[in-house]
Amino acid sequence: MDWGALHTILGGVNKHSTSIGKIWLTVLFIFRIMILVVAAERVWGDEQDDFICNTLQPGCKNVCYDHFFPISHIRLWALQLIFVSTPALLVAMHVAYRRHEKKRQFIKGSQKCEYKDIEEIRRQRFHIDGSLWWTYTSSIFFRLVFEAVFMYAFYFMYDGFRMPRLMKCSAWPCPNTVDCFVSRPTEKTVFTIFMIAVSSICILLNVAELCYLLAKFFLRRSKKAGNAKHHPNHENKEETKQNEMNELISDSCQNTVIGFTS
Amino acid sequence: MSWGFLRDVLSGVNKYSTGIGRIWVAVVFIFRLLVYMAAAENIWKYEHDEFECNIEQPGCENVCFDHFFPVSHIRFWALQLIVVSAPSLLVVFHVAYRENREKHHNQKLYRNPGERDGGLLCTYLISLILKTGFEIVFLVLFYKLYNGFKVPRLVKCDIRPCPNTVDCYISKPTEKMIFLYFLVATSCLCIVLNLSELSYLICKYSLKRYLKRHKKHQGSKS
Repeated sequence: MDWGALHTILGGVNKHSTSIGKIWLTVLFIFRIMILVVAAERVWGDEQDDFICNTLQPGCKNVCYDHFFPISHIRLWALQLIFVSTPALLVAMHVAYRRHEKKRQFIKGSQKCEYKDIEEIRRQRFHIDGSLWWTYTSSIFFRLVFEAVFMYAFYFMYDGFRMPRLMKCSAWPCPNTVDCFVSRPTEKTVFTIFMIAVSSICILLNVAELCYLLAKFFLRRSKKAGNAKHHPNHENKEETKQNEMNELISDSCQNTVIGFTS
Repeated sequence: MSWGFLRDVLSGVNKYSTGIGRIWVAVVFIFRLLVYMAAAENIWKYEHDEFECNIEQPGCENVCFDHFFPVSHIRFWALQLIVVSAPSLLVVFHVAYRENREKHHNQKLYRNPGERDGGLLCTYLISLILKTGFEIVFLVLFYKLYNGFKVPRLVKCDIRPCPNTVDCYISKPTEKMIFLYFLVATSCLCIVLNLSELSYLICKYSLKRYLKRHKKHQGSKS
Protein backbone atom coordinates (compact mmCIF):
# COMPACT_ATOMS: atom_id res chain seq x y z
CA MET A 1 0.00 0.00 0.00
CA ASP A 2 1.59 3.20 -1.11
CA TRP A 3 0.49 6.18 0.93
CA GLY A 4 3.95 7.71 0.54
CA ALA A 5 2.88 9.61 -2.58
CA LEU A 6 -0.07 11.12 -0.71
CA HIS A 7 2.29 12.06 2.10
CA THR A 8 4.58 13.91 -0.36
CA ILE A 9 1.69 15.85 -1.90
CA LEU A 10 0.09 16.81 1.40
CA GLY A 11 3.44 17.65 2.97
CA GLY A 12 3.80 20.39 0.36
CA VAL A 13 0.46 21.90 1.36
CA ASN A 14 1.47 21.87 5.03
CA LYS A 15 3.70 24.90 4.53
CA HIS A 16 0.77 27.12 3.56
CA SER A 17 -1.73 25.83 6.13
CA THR A 18 -2.87 27.41 9.37
CA SER A 19 -1.76 25.85 12.68
CA ILE A 20 -5.03 23.98 13.00
CA GLY A 21 -4.51 22.69 9.46
CA LYS A 22 -1.10 21.36 10.46
CA ILE A 23 -2.58 19.60 13.48
CA TRP A 24 -5.25 18.09 11.25
CA LEU A 25 -2.61 16.78 8.88
CA THR A 26 -0.64 15.21 11.74
CA VAL A 27 -3.76 13.54 13.13
CA LEU A 28 -4.60 12.26 9.64
CA PHE A 29 -1.21 10.69 9.09
CA ILE A 30 -0.50 9.29 12.52
CA PHE A 31 -3.88 8.28 13.85
CA ARG A 32 -5.62 7.30 10.64
CA ILE A 33 -3.30 6.31 7.81
CA MET A 34 -0.64 4.74 10.01
CA ILE A 35 -3.17 2.87 12.15
CA LEU A 36 -4.93 1.68 8.99
CA VAL A 37 -1.75 0.35 7.42
CA VAL A 38 -0.05 -1.03 10.51
CA ALA A 39 -2.94 -2.47 12.49
CA ALA A 40 -6.36 -2.43 10.91
CA GLU A 41 -5.31 -4.25 7.74
CA ARG A 42 -4.05 -7.21 9.80
CA VAL A 43 -7.28 -7.39 11.77
CA TRP A 44 -9.42 -7.45 8.62
CA GLY A 45 -6.93 -9.52 6.64
CA ASP A 46 -8.63 -12.87 7.08
CA GLU A 47 -12.18 -11.60 7.13
CA GLN A 48 -13.68 -13.82 4.47
CA ASP A 49 -11.58 -16.90 5.20
CA ASP A 50 -12.63 -16.91 8.82
CA PHE A 51 -16.25 -15.95 8.18
CA ILE A 52 -17.88 -19.29 8.94
CA CYS A 53 -21.47 -20.33 8.32
CA ASN A 54 -23.14 -23.28 9.95
CA THR A 55 -24.00 -25.05 6.70
CA LEU A 56 -22.43 -27.36 4.16
CA GLN A 57 -24.36 -25.75 1.28
CA PRO A 58 -21.77 -24.51 -1.25
CA GLY A 59 -22.13 -20.84 -2.07
CA CYS A 60 -24.06 -19.97 1.07
CA LYS A 61 -21.01 -18.47 2.82
CA ASN A 62 -20.12 -16.31 -0.20
CA VAL A 63 -23.64 -15.00 -0.54
CA CYS A 64 -24.06 -14.26 3.16
CA TYR A 65 -20.69 -12.52 3.38
CA ASP A 66 -21.58 -10.38 0.39
CA HIS A 67 -24.98 -9.57 1.91
CA PHE A 68 -23.61 -8.40 5.27
CA PHE A 69 -20.44 -6.68 3.97
CA PRO A 70 -21.27 -4.95 0.66
CA ILE A 71 -18.02 -3.06 1.06
CA SER A 72 -15.42 -3.99 3.63
CA HIS A 73 -14.69 -1.56 6.52
CA ILE A 74 -11.07 -1.35 5.55
CA ARG A 75 -11.81 -0.39 1.95
CA LEU A 76 -14.34 2.19 3.05
CA TRP A 77 -11.76 3.80 5.33
CA ALA A 78 -9.14 3.79 2.58
CA LEU A 79 -11.60 5.54 0.22
CA GLN A 80 -12.57 7.99 2.98
CA LEU A 81 -8.92 8.89 3.58
CA ILE A 82 -8.29 9.39 -0.14
CA PHE A 83 -11.35 11.59 -0.62
CA VAL A 84 -10.72 13.61 2.52
CA SER A 85 -7.11 14.31 1.50
CA THR A 86 -8.01 15.36 -2.05
CA PRO A 87 -9.32 18.93 -1.37
CA ALA A 88 -5.83 19.85 -0.15
CA LEU A 89 -4.79 19.39 -3.79
CA LEU A 90 -6.89 22.41 -4.73
CA VAL A 91 -4.77 24.51 -2.38
CA ALA A 92 -1.55 22.98 -3.74
CA MET A 93 -2.64 23.79 -7.31
CA HIS A 94 -3.57 27.36 -6.40
CA VAL A 95 -0.22 27.91 -4.67
CA ALA A 96 1.61 26.47 -7.70
CA TYR A 97 -0.38 28.78 -9.99
CA ARG A 98 0.48 31.84 -7.84
CA ARG A 99 4.13 30.84 -7.83
CA HIS A 100 4.04 30.44 -11.62
CA GLU A 101 2.51 33.93 -12.01
CA LYS A 102 5.13 35.50 -9.74
CA LYS A 103 7.88 33.74 -11.71
CA ARG A 104 6.43 35.09 -14.97
CA GLN A 105 6.26 38.62 -13.54
CA PHE A 106 9.82 38.34 -12.25
CA ILE A 107 11.13 37.14 -15.62
CA LYS A 108 9.26 39.92 -17.46
CA GLY A 109 10.77 42.46 -15.04
CA SER A 110 7.39 43.82 -13.98
CA GLN A 111 6.87 46.79 -11.65
CA LYS A 112 5.35 44.69 -8.88
CA CYS A 113 8.43 42.47 -8.47
CA GLU A 114 9.59 42.10 -4.88
CA TYR A 115 12.01 39.18 -5.06
CA LYS A 116 15.75 38.95 -5.40
CA ASP A 117 15.78 35.70 -7.37
CA ILE A 118 13.72 32.77 -8.52
CA GLU A 119 14.81 30.62 -5.57
CA GLU A 120 13.11 33.04 -3.20
CA ILE A 121 9.87 32.70 -5.14
CA ARG A 122 10.12 28.91 -4.84
CA ARG A 123 10.77 29.04 -1.12
CA GLN A 124 8.20 31.68 -0.28
CA ARG A 125 5.32 30.87 2.02
CA PHE A 126 2.10 32.45 0.79
CA HIS A 127 -0.29 34.03 3.27
CA ILE A 128 -3.88 32.90 3.10
CA ASP A 129 -5.50 35.98 1.63
CA GLY A 130 -7.41 37.00 -1.45
CA SER A 131 -8.41 34.19 -3.79
CA LEU A 132 -6.22 31.69 -1.89
CA TRP A 133 -8.48 32.29 1.14
CA TRP A 134 -11.52 31.22 -0.89
CA THR A 135 -9.72 28.11 -2.22
CA TYR A 136 -8.51 27.17 1.25
CA THR A 137 -11.94 27.69 2.83
CA SER A 138 -13.72 25.68 0.14
CA SER A 139 -11.17 22.87 0.55
CA ILE A 140 -11.99 22.73 4.28
CA PHE A 141 -15.70 22.76 3.47
CA PHE A 142 -15.33 19.85 1.04
CA ARG A 143 -13.25 17.95 3.60
CA LEU A 144 -16.06 18.34 6.11
CA VAL A 145 -18.67 17.21 3.61
CA PHE A 146 -16.68 14.10 2.62
CA GLU A 147 -16.03 13.13 6.24
CA ALA A 148 -19.69 13.51 7.14
CA VAL A 149 -20.88 11.60 4.05
CA PHE A 150 -18.55 8.68 4.69
CA MET A 151 -19.43 8.49 8.38
CA TYR A 152 -23.11 8.49 7.53
CA ALA A 153 -22.60 5.87 4.81
CA PHE A 154 -20.76 3.69 7.33
CA TYR A 155 -23.51 4.06 9.93
CA PHE A 156 -26.22 3.38 7.35
CA MET A 157 -24.55 0.30 5.83
CA TYR A 158 -23.62 -1.42 9.05
CA ASP A 159 -26.52 -0.33 11.28
CA GLY A 160 -24.26 1.36 13.78
CA PHE A 161 -20.61 0.93 14.71
CA ARG A 162 -20.74 -2.43 16.48
CA MET A 163 -19.57 -5.65 14.85
CA PRO A 164 -21.89 -8.49 15.91
CA ARG A 165 -20.56 -11.96 16.66
CA LEU A 166 -23.36 -13.78 14.96
CA MET A 167 -25.41 -12.94 11.90
CA LYS A 168 -28.49 -14.81 10.73
CA CYS A 169 -28.61 -15.29 6.97
CA SER A 170 -31.46 -16.55 4.79
CA ALA A 171 -30.31 -15.49 1.31
CA TRP A 172 -30.56 -18.08 -1.46
CA PRO A 173 -28.98 -20.74 -1.73
CA CYS A 174 -28.78 -20.98 2.06
CA PRO A 175 -31.46 -23.40 3.26
CA ASN A 176 -33.88 -21.71 5.72
CA THR A 177 -31.94 -19.54 8.17
CA VAL A 178 -28.24 -20.09 8.73
CA ASP A 179 -25.97 -18.87 11.56
CA CYS A 180 -22.84 -17.11 10.33
CA PHE A 181 -19.98 -16.13 12.63
CA VAL A 182 -17.73 -13.13 12.06
CA SER A 183 -14.03 -13.46 12.88
CA ARG A 184 -12.55 -11.19 15.65
CA PRO A 185 -15.72 -9.14 16.27
CA THR A 186 -14.47 -7.44 19.46
CA GLU A 187 -11.14 -6.36 17.96
CA LYS A 188 -12.98 -5.05 14.88
CA THR A 189 -15.44 -3.13 17.08
CA VAL A 190 -12.55 -1.55 19.00
CA PHE A 191 -10.82 -0.40 15.82
CA THR A 192 -14.10 0.81 14.30
CA ILE A 193 -14.83 2.95 17.35
CA PHE A 194 -11.24 4.25 17.31
CA MET A 195 -11.46 5.26 13.62
CA ILE A 196 -14.86 6.88 14.15
CA ALA A 197 -13.51 8.81 17.15
CA VAL A 198 -10.53 10.09 15.17
CA SER A 199 -12.84 11.04 12.25
CA SER A 200 -14.94 13.06 14.72
CA ILE A 201 -11.82 14.79 16.03
CA CYS A 202 -10.86 15.64 12.44
CA ILE A 203 -14.36 17.04 11.82
CA LEU A 204 -14.03 19.21 14.95
CA LEU A 205 -10.60 20.43 13.82
CA ASN A 206 -12.00 21.33 10.40
CA VAL A 207 -14.94 23.19 11.95
CA ALA A 208 -12.54 25.07 14.26
CA GLU A 209 -10.29 25.99 11.33
CA LEU A 210 -13.29 27.19 9.31
CA CYS A 211 -14.49 29.38 12.21
CA TYR A 212 -10.96 30.73 12.70
CA LEU A 213 -10.65 31.67 9.02
CA LEU A 214 -14.09 33.31 8.95
CA ALA A 215 -13.37 35.25 12.16
CA LYS A 216 -10.03 36.44 10.75
CA PHE A 217 -11.73 37.51 7.51
CA PHE A 218 -14.44 39.57 9.23
CA LEU A 219 -11.94 41.09 11.67
CA ARG A 220 -9.71 42.17 8.79
CA ARG A 221 -12.68 43.65 6.94
CA SER A 222 -13.86 45.64 9.96
CA LYS A 223 -10.30 46.89 10.56
CA LYS A 224 -10.04 48.08 6.96
CA ALA A 225 -13.43 49.83 7.15
CA GLY A 226 -12.44 51.39 10.49
CA ASN A 227 -9.11 52.67 9.11
CA ALA A 228 -10.74 54.14 6.00
CA LYS A 229 -13.30 56.02 8.15
CA HIS A 230 -10.99 57.48 10.80
CA HIS A 231 -7.73 58.07 8.92
CA PRO A 232 -8.33 59.01 5.28
CA ASN A 233 -5.31 61.42 5.16
CA HIS A 234 -3.14 58.98 6.99
CA GLU A 235 -3.95 56.37 4.40
CA ASN A 236 -3.03 58.75 1.55
CA LYS A 237 0.33 59.45 3.19
CA GLU A 238 0.85 55.70 3.54
CA GLU A 239 -0.10 55.21 -0.10
CA THR A 240 2.44 57.77 -1.35
CA LYS A 241 5.10 56.19 0.85
CA GLN A 242 4.22 52.79 -0.63
CA ASN A 243 4.41 54.22 -4.16
CA GLU A 244 7.89 55.60 -3.49
CA MET A 245 8.97 52.24 -2.12
CA ASN A 246 7.53 50.48 -5.15
CA GLU A 247 9.49 52.73 -7.47
CA LEU A 248 12.69 52.03 -5.58
CA ILE A 249 11.97 48.28 -5.67
CA SER A 250 11.14 48.32 -9.40
CA ASP A 251 14.37 50.22 -10.16
CA SER A 252 16.47 47.77 -8.22
CA CYS A 253 14.48 44.94 -9.79
CA GLN A 254 15.24 46.19 -13.31
CA ASN A 255 18.93 46.31 -12.41
CA THR A 256 18.75 42.78 -11.03
CA VAL A 257 16.97 41.51 -14.16
CA ILE A 258 19.49 43.18 -16.45
CA GLY A 259 22.30 41.67 -14.38
CA PHE A 260 20.50 38.30 -14.50
CA THR A 261 20.10 38.20 -18.26
CA SER A 262 23.53 39.60 -19.26
CA MET B 1 3.89 -4.82 -7.68
CA SER B 2 6.20 -1.89 -8.07
CA TRP B 3 4.36 1.13 -9.38
CA GLY B 4 7.16 3.48 -8.32
CA PHE B 5 8.50 3.54 -11.88
CA LEU B 6 5.17 4.67 -13.32
CA ARG B 7 4.95 7.31 -10.63
CA ASP B 8 8.41 8.63 -11.55
CA VAL B 9 7.52 8.69 -15.26
CA LEU B 10 4.32 10.62 -14.66
CA SER B 11 6.08 13.09 -12.36
CA GLY B 12 8.54 13.72 -15.20
CA VAL B 13 5.70 14.41 -17.65
CA ASN B 14 4.12 16.88 -15.23
CA LYS B 15 6.86 19.40 -16.00
CA TYR B 16 5.87 19.76 -19.66
CA SER B 17 2.09 19.59 -19.23
CA THR B 18 -0.59 22.26 -19.29
CA GLY B 19 -2.73 22.95 -16.21
CA ILE B 20 -5.35 20.42 -17.35
CA GLY B 21 -2.56 17.90 -17.97
CA ARG B 22 -1.43 18.30 -14.35
CA ILE B 23 -4.98 17.71 -13.14
CA TRP B 24 -5.01 14.53 -15.28
CA VAL B 25 -1.79 13.34 -13.63
CA ALA B 26 -3.25 14.06 -10.17
CA VAL B 27 -6.45 12.13 -11.01
CA VAL B 28 -4.46 9.15 -12.33
CA PHE B 29 -2.18 9.11 -9.26
CA ILE B 30 -4.77 9.55 -6.59
CA PHE B 31 -8.06 8.21 -7.87
CA ARG B 32 -6.72 5.37 -9.98
CA LEU B 33 -3.26 4.26 -8.89
CA LEU B 34 -3.65 4.88 -5.16
CA VAL B 35 -7.16 3.37 -5.05
CA TYR B 36 -5.87 0.38 -7.01
CA MET B 37 -2.99 -0.22 -4.62
CA ALA B 38 -4.71 0.70 -1.37
CA ALA B 39 -8.03 -1.00 -1.87
CA ALA B 40 -8.76 -2.81 -5.10
CA GLU B 41 -5.81 -5.24 -5.14
CA ASN B 42 -6.87 -6.83 -1.86
CA ILE B 43 -10.46 -7.40 -2.94
CA TRP B 44 -9.40 -9.57 -5.87
CA LYS B 45 -6.50 -11.24 -4.04
CA TYR B 46 -8.17 -14.58 -3.29
CA GLU B 47 -10.81 -14.51 -6.04
CA HIS B 48 -10.00 -17.99 -7.31
CA ASP B 49 -9.86 -19.59 -3.86
CA GLU B 50 -13.15 -18.03 -2.88
CA PHE B 51 -14.92 -18.91 -6.14
CA GLU B 52 -17.17 -21.80 -5.10
CA CYS B 53 -19.26 -24.18 -7.20
CA ASN B 54 -22.03 -26.42 -5.93
CA ILE B 55 -20.36 -29.60 -7.14
CA GLU B 56 -17.80 -32.19 -6.05
CA GLN B 57 -16.59 -32.94 -9.62
CA PRO B 58 -12.82 -32.23 -9.76
CA GLY B 59 -11.81 -29.65 -12.33
CA CYS B 60 -15.28 -28.16 -12.68
CA GLU B 61 -14.50 -25.10 -10.55
CA ASN B 62 -11.27 -24.38 -12.43
CA VAL B 63 -12.93 -24.65 -15.81
CA CYS B 64 -15.88 -22.47 -14.83
CA PHE B 65 -13.66 -19.78 -13.29
CA ASP B 66 -11.53 -19.71 -16.42
CA HIS B 67 -14.65 -19.44 -18.59
CA PHE B 68 -16.16 -16.49 -16.69
CA PHE B 69 -12.89 -14.62 -15.99
CA PRO B 70 -10.58 -15.01 -19.03
CA VAL B 71 -8.66 -11.98 -17.72
CA SER B 72 -9.23 -10.98 -14.11
CA HIS B 73 -10.78 -7.53 -13.55
CA ILE B 74 -7.79 -6.41 -11.52
CA ARG B 75 -5.26 -7.36 -14.19
CA PHE B 76 -7.35 -5.51 -16.74
CA TRP B 77 -7.30 -2.45 -14.47
CA ALA B 78 -3.50 -2.65 -14.09
CA LEU B 79 -3.02 -3.07 -17.85
CA GLN B 80 -5.28 -0.11 -18.53
CA LEU B 81 -3.27 2.09 -16.13
CA ILE B 82 0.02 1.15 -17.77
CA VAL B 83 -1.19 1.51 -21.38
CA VAL B 84 -2.96 4.82 -20.70
CA SER B 85 0.10 6.36 -19.01
CA ALA B 86 2.52 5.22 -21.74
CA PRO B 87 1.77 7.88 -24.44
CA SER B 88 3.01 10.55 -22.01
CA LEU B 89 6.47 9.05 -22.51
CA LEU B 90 6.45 10.32 -26.12
CA VAL B 91 6.63 13.89 -24.81
CA VAL B 92 9.47 13.04 -22.43
CA PHE B 93 11.41 11.31 -25.23
CA HIS B 94 10.92 14.25 -27.61
CA VAL B 95 12.24 16.73 -25.03
CA ALA B 96 15.21 14.43 -24.33
CA TYR B 97 15.84 14.20 -28.10
CA ARG B 98 15.83 18.00 -28.36
CA GLU B 99 18.26 18.38 -25.46
CA ASN B 100 20.50 15.69 -26.97
CA ARG B 101 20.50 17.48 -30.33
CA GLU B 102 21.55 20.73 -28.67
CA LYS B 103 24.39 18.94 -26.90
CA HIS B 104 25.46 17.20 -30.11
CA HIS B 105 25.58 20.45 -32.12
CA ASN B 106 27.04 22.32 -29.13
CA GLN B 107 24.75 25.29 -29.72
CA LYS B 108 21.37 26.58 -28.62
CA LEU B 109 18.94 25.30 -31.27
CA TYR B 110 15.75 25.93 -29.31
CA ARG B 111 14.59 28.84 -27.17
CA ASN B 112 13.67 26.28 -24.52
CA PRO B 113 13.72 22.50 -25.22
CA GLY B 114 10.65 22.00 -23.01
CA GLU B 115 8.54 24.70 -24.69
CA ARG B 116 5.42 23.41 -26.40
CA ASP B 117 5.93 24.62 -29.99
CA GLY B 118 6.24 23.08 -33.43
CA GLY B 119 7.22 19.42 -33.21
CA LEU B 120 6.73 19.11 -29.45
CA LEU B 121 3.19 20.45 -29.75
CA CYS B 122 2.40 17.79 -32.38
CA THR B 123 3.87 15.10 -30.12
CA TYR B 124 1.82 16.39 -27.20
CA LEU B 125 -1.39 16.38 -29.25
CA ILE B 126 -0.67 12.86 -30.53
CA SER B 127 -0.07 11.63 -26.98
CA LEU B 128 -3.43 13.13 -25.92
CA ILE B 129 -5.25 11.44 -28.81
CA LEU B 130 -3.57 8.11 -28.03
CA LYS B 131 -4.40 8.37 -24.32
CA THR B 132 -8.08 9.05 -25.08
CA GLY B 133 -8.16 6.27 -27.68
CA PHE B 134 -6.70 3.71 -25.29
CA GLU B 135 -9.13 4.66 -22.52
CA ILE B 136 -12.12 4.21 -24.83
CA VAL B 137 -10.76 0.93 -26.23
CA PHE B 138 -10.25 -0.52 -22.75
CA LEU B 139 -13.70 0.51 -21.58
CA VAL B 140 -15.37 -1.00 -24.65
CA LEU B 141 -13.27 -4.18 -24.34
CA PHE B 142 -14.21 -4.51 -20.68
CA TYR B 143 -17.90 -4.03 -21.47
CA LYS B 144 -17.80 -6.64 -24.24
CA LEU B 145 -15.78 -9.18 -22.21
CA TYR B 146 -17.92 -9.09 -19.08
CA ASN B 147 -21.29 -8.17 -20.62
CA GLY B 148 -21.46 -4.87 -18.75
CA PHE B 149 -19.95 -3.65 -15.51
CA LYS B 150 -22.09 -5.73 -13.17
CA VAL B 151 -20.64 -8.60 -11.14
CA PRO B 152 -23.31 -11.26 -10.54
CA ARG B 153 -23.53 -13.23 -7.31
CA LEU B 154 -24.29 -16.44 -9.11
CA VAL B 155 -23.21 -17.78 -12.51
CA LYS B 156 -24.50 -20.98 -14.12
CA CYS B 157 -21.85 -23.14 -15.73
CA ASP B 158 -22.26 -26.21 -17.97
CA ILE B 159 -18.81 -26.74 -19.49
CA ARG B 160 -17.14 -30.16 -19.44
CA PRO B 161 -16.31 -31.77 -17.00
CA CYS B 162 -19.17 -30.14 -15.04
CA PRO B 163 -22.17 -32.47 -15.23
CA ASN B 164 -25.32 -30.67 -16.48
CA THR B 165 -25.61 -27.11 -15.13
CA VAL B 166 -23.79 -26.11 -11.97
CA ASP B 167 -24.29 -23.08 -9.71
CA CYS B 168 -21.08 -21.15 -9.07
CA TYR B 169 -20.81 -18.31 -6.58
CA ILE B 170 -18.48 -15.35 -6.98
CA SER B 171 -16.93 -13.88 -3.81
CA LYS B 172 -17.55 -10.23 -2.80
CA PRO B 173 -19.59 -9.36 -5.91
CA THR B 174 -21.04 -6.12 -4.48
CA GLU B 175 -17.66 -4.76 -3.38
CA LYS B 176 -16.15 -5.67 -6.76
CA MET B 177 -19.01 -3.94 -8.55
CA ILE B 178 -18.58 -0.74 -6.49
CA PHE B 179 -14.90 -0.56 -7.38
CA LEU B 180 -15.55 -1.35 -11.04
CA TYR B 181 -18.01 1.54 -11.23
CA PHE B 182 -15.34 3.68 -9.59
CA LEU B 183 -12.88 2.57 -12.27
CA VAL B 184 -15.34 3.43 -15.06
CA ALA B 185 -16.13 6.84 -13.52
CA THR B 186 -12.44 7.78 -13.24
CA SER B 187 -11.77 6.56 -16.79
CA CYS B 188 -14.61 8.75 -18.10
CA LEU B 189 -13.27 11.70 -16.08
CA CYS B 190 -9.83 11.18 -17.63
CA ILE B 191 -11.38 11.02 -21.13
CA VAL B 192 -13.19 14.32 -20.48
CA LEU B 193 -9.95 15.93 -19.19
CA ASN B 194 -7.99 14.73 -22.24
CA LEU B 195 -10.64 15.99 -24.69
CA SER B 196 -10.84 19.40 -23.00
CA GLU B 197 -7.04 19.70 -22.99
CA LEU B 198 -7.01 18.78 -26.70
CA SER B 199 -9.62 21.41 -27.61
CA TYR B 200 -7.90 24.01 -25.39
CA LEU B 201 -4.53 23.49 -27.12
CA ILE B 202 -6.03 23.44 -30.63
CA CYS B 203 -8.00 26.65 -29.96
CA LYS B 204 -5.01 28.39 -28.33
CA TYR B 205 -2.58 27.68 -31.14
CA SER B 206 -5.08 28.31 -33.96
CA LEU B 207 -5.81 31.70 -32.41
CA LYS B 208 -2.08 32.43 -32.09
CA ARG B 209 -1.52 31.54 -35.75
CA TYR B 210 -4.50 33.58 -36.90
CA LEU B 211 -3.32 36.64 -34.96
CA LYS B 212 0.21 36.25 -36.35
CA ARG B 213 -1.12 36.07 -39.92
CA HIS B 214 -3.41 39.03 -39.28
CA LYS B 215 -0.46 41.10 -37.99
CA LYS B 216 1.69 40.13 -40.99
CA HIS B 217 -1.14 41.04 -43.36
CA GLN B 218 -1.60 44.41 -41.66
CA GLY B 219 2.14 44.98 -41.67
CA SER B 220 2.44 44.25 -45.43
CA LYS B 221 -0.54 46.59 -46.17
CA SER B 222 1.01 49.56 -44.35
